Parts: sequence; structure tokens; C-alpha cells
Amino acid sequence: MSQCPYFLTILTLTPLVGGIVIACLKQDKEKWARGIGLGFSLLSLASVLWLWFTHNPAGGLQRIERHVWIPSIGVEYFLGIDGLGLLMVLLTAAVVPFALFAPGPREGYPKSHYSLFLFLEAGLFGTFTALNFFHWFIFWELSLIPAFFLIKLWGGPRRSYAATQFFIYTLVGSVAMLLAFQAIFLATGTFDFVELARLGRSGQLAAALANRLGWQQGSAAMLIFLGVFLGLAVKVPLVPFHTWLPAAYAEAPTGTSMVLTGVMSKMGVYGFLRILMPLFPEQMRMVLTPLLWLTVITIVYAAWAAMAQTDLKRTIAYSSINHLGYCMLGIFAAMKFTIGEAQWTTEKAAALNGVLLQMFNHGLSASALFCFIGLLERRAGGMRGLNDFGGLRKVTPVFCGLMGIAIFSSLGLPGLNGFVGEFLIFKGSFSLASWAAAGSVLGLLLTAIFLLIILQRVFHGPLNQKWTGLADLSAGERWMVSPVIALMFLIGIYPQLIIKMTNPTVLQMVSHLTH
Amino acid sequence: MSWISSNLWLIPVLPLLASAVLAVTKQPHRRFAAALAIGSMALACLLSWDAFLTTLHAPAHGGIWRDFHNFRWFQMGDQWLWLGWLLDPLTAVMLVMVSTVGLLIFIYSVGYMEQDANFTRFFCFLALFGSAMLGLVMANSLLLLFICWELVGLTSYLLIGFWYHKPSAAAAATKAFITTRIGDVCFFLGILWLYGQSGTLLFYDHGRGCLEATALTSMVTQTTISGMAISTAIGLLIFCGAVGKSGQVPLHVWLPDAMEGPTPVSALIHAATMVAAGVFLVARVFPLLNASSGGGAEVSGALTVVAWVGSITAVFAACIAVAQTDIKRILAYSTVSQLGYMMLALGVGGYAAGVFHLITHAFFKALLFLGAGSVIHGCHEEQDIRRMGGLRKYMPATFATYAIGMMALAGVPVFFSGFWSKDDILHSAFAWPVSKGPFFLGLIGAFLTAFYMTRQVCYVFYGDYRSAHGNKRQNKMPHESPAVMTTPLKILAAGAILLGLLGTPAWPWFQDFLTGQHATFRFGQLFEGEVLGLMLLSTLMVAGGIGLGWWLYGLKPATKAEAADPLERVQPAVFGLLREKFRVDEIYAATVIKGTFRLGEICSWFERTVCEGCIRVVTYVALGFSWLNRFADEYVVNLGFDTSCRNLRQSAGLLSSLQDGQVQNYLRVIGVAMAILVLLLVWGGGL
Repeated sequence: MSQCPYFLTILTLTPLVGGIVIACLKQDKEKWARGIGLGFSLLSLASVLWLWFTHNPAGGLQRIERHVWIPSIGVEYFLGIDGLGLLMVLLTAAVVPFALFAPGPREGYPKSHYSLFLFLEAGLFGTFTALNFFHWFIFWELSLIPAFFLIKLWGGPRRSYAATQFFIYTLVGSVAMLLAFQAIFLATGTFDFVELARLGRSGQLAAALANRLGWQQGSAAMLIFLGVFLGLAVKVPLVPFHTWLPAAYAEAPTGTSMVLTGVMSKMGVYGFLRILMPLFPEQMRMVLTPLLWLTVITIVYAAWAAMAQTDLKRTIAYSSINHLGYCMLGIFAAMKFTIGEAQWTTEKAAALNGVLLQMFNHGLSASALFCFIGLLERRAGGMRGLNDFGGLRKVTPVFCGLMGIAIFSSLGLPGLNGFVGEFLIFKGSFSLASWAAAGSVLGLLLTAIFLLIILQRVFHGPLNQKWTGLADLSAGERWMVSPVIALMFLIGIYPQLIIKMTNPTVLQMVSHLTH
Repeated sequence: MSWISSNLWLIPVLPLLASAVLAVTKQPHRRFAAALAIGSMALACLLSWDAFLTTLHAPAHGGIWRDFHNFRWFQMGDQWLWLGWLLDPLTAVMLVMVSTVGLLIFIYSVGYMEQDANFTRFFCFLALFGSAMLGLVMANSLLLLFICWELVGLTSYLLIGFWYHKPSAAAAATKAFITTRIGDVCFFLGILWLYGQSGTLLFYDHGRGCLEATALTSMVTQTTISGMAISTAIGLLIFCGAVGKSGQVPLHVWLPDAMEGPTPVSALIHAATMVAAGVFLVARVFPLLNASSGGGAEVSGALTVVAWVGSITAVFAACIAVAQTDIKRILAYSTVSQLGYMMLALGVGGYAAGVFHLITHAFFKALLFLGAGSVIHGCHEEQDIRRMGGLRKYMPATFATYAIGMMALAGVPVFFSGFWSKDDILHSAFAWPVSKGPFFLGLIGAFLTAFYMTRQVCYVFYGDYRSAHGNKRQNKMPHESPAVMTTPLKILAAGAILLGLLGTPAWPWFQDFLTGQHATFRFGQLFEGEVLGLMLLSTLMVAGGIGLGWWLYGLKPATKAEAADPLERVQPAVFGLLREKFRVDEIYAATVIKGTFRLGEICSWFERTVCEGCIRVVTYVALGFSWLNRFADEYVVNLGFDTSCRNLRQSAGLLSSLQDGQVQNYLRVIGVAMAILVLLLVWGGGL
């Protein structure tokens, strides 16, 4: 099987087939939908794990599938995976079953919910393995549609508003990106990321764009850069492109929130690493200072906004913006132009390794937090306000303990996963962009404040008499969260587990950046 | 190279394993929990003593003996991040202190927490604390130190909030974590900067470590903003972490509130060990703080700041302690003040004096806290000293040991350890070339310490029992605590007396051990220079403090709990200000805290109005366009289309009415047409 040439295609097809199977279920077999959904997602997880253990870290892009598709417009079916893609695929494969296990309404979801979930997973797998813009973009958009319906059909009271806003906002970004890529294709005649990255590094891309568009070299490339940037910045999101996020995360049903924050928010960061950074290094460096400031604002502003929220889901939504801000900080710091490369390689590699770890860690801890809030919401009949509870630790000690671990993981306590990523990002960026890093550190403090306030208001203090009958986690629920909690400890104590996969890829990125 | 120095990691790992097991142990297994925690700590204690003895017998080559083991943690780029552990005299004494005091307090807790429902959880947290604290003192990497530093902060949070159902405890826990995190964030920046500058976070690494000459020289020679040496800037950032952890002004506010935790926790974490971690950190990175471009002659800016912060804290907290009425809060402010002393000592360059005071203080302050716990236990959870009184009759063992602790803290001459360590600090402060300010502040602090401790002891142990529910019939009188609690008290009391003998000016064994010299006994050293003069001066201060205290509180003990404090009658305004702790908490609440939350609200408001507003405007514009579109469709395009359609339909109707399918009509039309045609032809003359 290790020679199987179509492994990545099969990986993407697995959930797709699962989704179709579920969609074709007869009415009287609808109760099987959840089981089939879980089965297919666990199957994907198993194959990704296999992929992980057979991956050769030093091998660069591997498991390449390359077939001519539409030669007239330079479209190839081109798949491949490196450390970055592998990590994202693993995250997707881990979060989706976790989200499927997550609490839904008491009467359960109809089969279409599970079907959409698997389509979403297929879209994500496709995005993280594609190396040609054409089908990369198809998957990128394809993942948007199930997410839209998941919010729209099973979300909270303002789901329609939230879903529409989410869809329109990301679509506008995507359209900007699509237009930009059309210009790129016109100028270069290829959609191939690897080839485009080569052109971007050598400066030929900017020259070709200027030539084709007939503008000055700087402004043409800058315009195209900004188009792609907009598409990705909305997805991450960077302030001020973030307004869709709190509503979407808060209104989405628990499982969807988990995938939205756990995986889909990483698509933007992935795009930065896979597309923007290799294709437009010069353009990014030209606007690096404003970008760094934007990042600091994102980090601090989002943390402050989180502090004022009273809806737990909104708090964690803002906290997500804050956490992804650290990823952006690491990326922008690594973009910094440096002379005397050898001494900076370590700093840049630290920052980018930190970004990758942070993506994975945030995926774990944020989806775990949304899961816990979902569990709480379900027990409390839909209530999830910061001030609706109090003293719950007395009746639900296990719940409090496990959610406490997720909270401390999120605020970056050493020994848990969050710390390592943040440390590496700050380690790299402090030397490369001192002021931005120093400003962003404020975010670490603010995060601690609002997360501890959650612990204090919800779990500590005298027990709110309304909740004396609240049930602690059942055995099944404990089993559901325990793998994630275990991973938090594992990565916190032995981060080399992840870094050994990502470090060669990161080193390659850094060497591309500096040559 | 000895067995213990290469297996030093066992010391923190043993309690860590105990804690991990206890985390998944069910509540009813109380005996197992206590046995496991105490057993692991006892083993750690044995190993610590072994490490200490190894250090003691290590061959000294004129310098400080060190043995370290580094290992790789993870990779970044082409480099590895290294961590490691270190055995040197500083680590050795800290290991022994932490594990011994920790073990005694673990044992004491069995008695103190006997009735608590979460007994197992308590020992789980205690063991985790022990592990993190032991890891902290043996770290050979600033990063590993920081990791353990944060973990002791976590356990402090968990244990302050152990009685989480009390809102005050829950609030105090949050406050402690966040206040110390303010310092930690600066500490974190210091770590990042140091890493960037020296390329390593290992303290010692065969000449490549960040505390070794090569790195220090490079950091001293480079300057940053306003000509400050980089080493000074980094040192100050790291010191911020120590300020937070050790409750120095202005971040001292969390430590008194931390007394909401169970008393053994206050003794272990918030008196003896964790709060001293800040002092330990300063001692550990002392070479960095001490580094200055002028070599040894010049006093570094970082140490000057340390000295002043320490001396101000020492007096500031001692003043507050004078007017408190909660037995544990008095001790808490006393801890803050004593930690200030240690910082003062390190700041003026008295490295050994500061560490010596750290160790003696750990013993006598743990003793005082455990004594206070015994008092609280005996008085049925009463903490207000005004409602105690006369306890020396009811609790003789507690009284005797408490008195020893009190005299050690106050610095009663010759027989008590506090005297020797405090005197050593004053001696270093006197020799400081920059200013005599810290020295005088230290003297004032010594006076105040003696005074407030006398006041407390008079209130608690002298006079008559003043509790409102002190009633013999209801068996509510105070009682002595069980042996499991008093035995640790006696052992600590012995330590509070004997430890002082290790650091007298005549035989400064401790100081020489720390600085890697061979101690010699020379009685004559007592009479050299200003040693004896300073000793007499400090004795005078102590005697004054105790005398004044006894005169105000001891001669005529208060008879009623409601009676005003004698000082209050003299100076009500000043006393009020002291009782309200200089209103620092209120000032913070009105400025920093309020400002933070107000900014949060502003951000949230901005989100709701401006950001959502923008979307709304865009939506309305879009809606407006669609409305225009609809208008155009309905009234321009559709209307025109409809009109033409209607015309078409009408004409079609007309046409279709001609073709109505009636054959007679067609025949009629044909007939008429034929007739007309014939007529036309006839008329035309064609036929």
C-alpha cells in the first residue's frame, strides 16, 4: 500500500463517498447516518495516521499525483504533501470525528447534516493536498458551501444572518483571489503552485505581471498581491476583515463551530504559507510594517473584545482571532528582510515552526473549548452566558477539571500544547520584529484574564441553586474528550513529535525566503 | 560526576508521578493519597539531602562547584532547544529547604485537612507543587525555570482557590494568577531577549551558557535605549517576574489575598517556598544582573533597582502589617516585607546574605504559619486576633513554638536564626557604595517587624480568651492541636534556632559554602570593622520594637474584642490608612483594572456599532441597489414589455376573433367577398 499512487485522491474521496452514501440512505435507515458518518471520518483518520507514520520528513513534497487535465488553460491535477500539508490533513482528520461526536440536539440531526459534514471534510482534504490553483480553488469554495448550510440549517436564533454574512464575506474574498489568479495565469500561463513559487522567488512573476497588465512593475504585482491577500485575510481573519467571525462561530451548532475554528480558520493561514509567502515575497516585504501593526492590533484588539463578551461562544470566537493573530505574527516576522542569513535562519525557522504548531494546537484547544461549551449548553437548556452559571465545580468536578485543562492549554500554560507554539513564535519574532512581538505579548496577559474570569464565574463561587441537578460528564463524553486532552499533554511535553515532521519543510521555506 | 547529579531529575519526577496518580484517584482513598504524596516527598527529600552532601564533599577548586546535565528538547531550524539540570551549592540548599519544609507541611496537612471532602485533590495539588518547585530550583535553563515557574503559579492558583465555593477565594485565586502574570509577561520578554542575544538559555554549558563570561561580556558592551547596557535591560525584565512572584511593590497586592487558601498552603507556597522563587531567580541570574561595563568596581543599574524595590517593599509592607487584625494577613505582609529584605540583600550585592535569609525565613515563617494554622484550628476557624487571647494556657506547645518563630522573625539576638541573617543583610547594605538609604530603611523595617510581631503575640496568646462564643459549657473553648500538627512545629522550631549558627560572622559557613570558599572559624571576625556596632544597633531597634509593643499591648491586654487598638486611639487617621493597606487595591481597581475593562467595553462597542454598522451600511446599499433594480425591472423593463405584450395580445385577440371556427361565418365572409369581387369586376367592365 505504501506504493499506492492515488493515496491522496483516495483520501479526499473517502469522506466524499461517505457523504453520498449517507445522502442516499432511505428514510427508515436515517438513524444509521451518524454511525456511517463517524465510520467514514474515523476511516479517514486511520488513513491519515498511516500517512503520518509513513511520511518521510526529509523527503519534501511526496505522494505526488500529476495528470494533465485541461492542457489549454494549464490545468493539471496535481496533488502532493509536505510537512505543512500533512499537519493540516492530520488536524482535519482529528477534528472532524471529534466534532461528529460533539453534542447535538436531543432528537439528533437528520442525515443531511452528516452528509454535509463529510462533504466539508472532503473539501478540506482537497484544499490541503492540492498544488494546482484550479482544483485548489474548487475545494476551497466547496468547503464553504457545506459550512454555510450547516450554520443556516442547524444554527442558533440568528443563524440566517450569520450564515449569509459568513458566506458573502468569504465569497468576496474568494472572488478577489480568483480575479488575482486569472491575472497571474494570463501573465505566466500556469496555475501550478510549485512553478509559481519559483517564479515568485526569482522576481519573474512581478515582471510578467507588469508586462501583461502594462503597468509599472511595482504596482501591478502589488495589486495582485492585495487581491490574494484579501481573500486569505478574510479567512484567517485579520482585523478589520473579521466581522463575520463572531456571529458565525456563535450561531453555528457546536460541531460546526468546532470545525470552523479548528480547521477552517487554518485554511487562511495555510494559504499565507503555501501561496502568498512563496509567490509575493517582495510585495509582502514592502508592506511588512503595516502588516505587522495590523497583526498587533488583531491580537490585542481581539483579546480586549473577548473580555467584554458575555456569551461564552463569542468569547472563544474572539479568542480564536487572537490566537490566529500569533500565527500571522510569526509569518510576517519570518518575512522580514535580513542580511547575514545564517544567524537568522534559526529565528525564522523557530517562528515558522511555531506557526505550524500554533495552528495545530489552536485547532485542538479551541475545538475542545467549543465542545465543552456545547456540552454545557445542552445541559443548561441552551444557556451559555458568562453570568448564567456559578459554582458548577461542586456538581460537575470532572467537567470543570477537563475544561480547565483546555482553558489552560489555550492561555499557554507550559506543560500543555499551547505554550510551545507561542514560545517559538515569540522567540523568532522577538529578534526579527521586536516591537511587534513586545506589543503582542499584551495579548498573552489579556487572554489569561478573560479565560480565568470564565473559570471563576462559571465554575467557582457559591453554586447557583438553579443548577444543583446538572449532570457531570458521562462515561461516553469523557471518552470523547480524553484523546484531545491527552494530545494536549503529549504535545506540551514532547513537541518534537510534531516538529520533526514540520522542521524540514520549514527549513525549506526559510531557504526559499532568503535566496 | 556522581550518581545523584546525573539522576537529579528523579527529585521532581517522583512527586510529579504521585500527583499524576492522585489526579485519577477517587476521593475516598484518603489514606492512600496522603501516603503516596508524603512518600514521594520523603524520597525526594532523601535524594535532596544526598545531593546536598555530594555538593558538600565535592572537590572545590577555588570556585563554585557545578555539575550539570543538558538534554535536547526539540528542534528549530538547524538548532536544538536545550534544557538541563544543575547541581551547585545554591541548588543544593534550595533543594534541601524545599523538600524538608515541604515534607513537614505535607505531614501537617494530614491533620489540618482531615475533615475536608477534597482531601485527595488537595494532596494531588500539593505533590504537583512540590514537583514544580523542586524542578524550578534545579533548572539549568531559563526556559525550564520559566516552565516550572508557571507551574508553581498554576498550583498556587489551584490551592488558593481550593475552597472555590467561597467567592473571596475564587477571586483571590484569579487575582494571584493575573497579578503574577503581569510580571511573568515581562519575564517572558526578558527570556526572549536573552535568547536572541546569547543564542542559548542554558545557564552553564562549558563556557557557552548565558551566565558565563563570553555571553555576559557581549551583552554588557552592547547598549539599547538611552545607553542602557543590554544585560541591564534583560536583567530588569527578568526582575519584573521576580517582583510579581515575590510580591514586591507594586505587584504585592495578590499575596495577602492568597491567604484565602488553606493554612498549610499559605505556609508552604505563600511563605516558605514559591514566593521565595523570585528571590531565588534573582540569585540564579545574579551574574547577569551584576554584570556591568566597569567590571567589578561599578554597581550595575539593575542591582540598584533591585535594592531600592526591596528596601521600599520591606518598610511598606511592615507598616501595613502593624494595623492588620487577621492573624494570617499579618504574617502575609510580614512575608512581603521579609522578601523585600532578601531582595535588598541581593541588590546591594550581598548574594549569600540574601540566600541565607531566604533559608532561615523559610523555616521560621513556615513555623509561624503552621502555628497560626494550629491557632485557627484550635479556635474553631477564627482568624481575627481581636477575638483570640490567652491561648498560651490552652495551647502550650503551639505557644512555645510560635514564640520561637516570632523571636526568630523579629531578630532577637544570638539564639535565633533571623537575627544572624538579618544582621548579615544590614551589614551588606551598610557597605553599599551607592546610598545608605536601603540600610536605614532596613533598620526601620527591623523595628517595625519586632513591633508588629509583639503586638500579634500579645493579642493571641496573652490576656483572656475574648471570643464571643467562648463558652465552656458548649465545649467551644480553644484546644491544642493533635500531634501530627505539633510535631512538625517542633521540628521547624528547632530549625529556626539552629540554622542561625551556620551563618554567624564568626563562622560564616553557609555564606562560604554558597560562594565556593572554605569556611574557617575565626572568633575575631565578630569584632572586626563595624560588625559589632551594627549588631548592637539592630539589637537596639529590635529591643525598641518589642518594648514598645509590649508596653502598648502586653501590659494591659485588650479585654474586649471590640476595643479600639491603642495605636488607633493615638493616631486614628494614620492607623486607618495602614489598616486599609494604603488603599493600593482601591487605587488599582479605580485605574488599571477599570481601565482594562473599560477598554474591553470600548472594543466591544466598536464591534457592535462601527464594524456591524459598516456591514449594515453595505447591506443597505446593496438593498438599495436591489430596490432600484426591482423598480427598473417592474416599471421600466417590465412595463414596456407588458405594454407591448398587451398590444400584441389585443391585436392577436382581434385576429383570433376572426378565426372563431364557425364555418357559416367563413362561408358568409366568402360569400360577401365573392359578391364584392363580382361587383368590382362588373363595375370595372372586365367581364
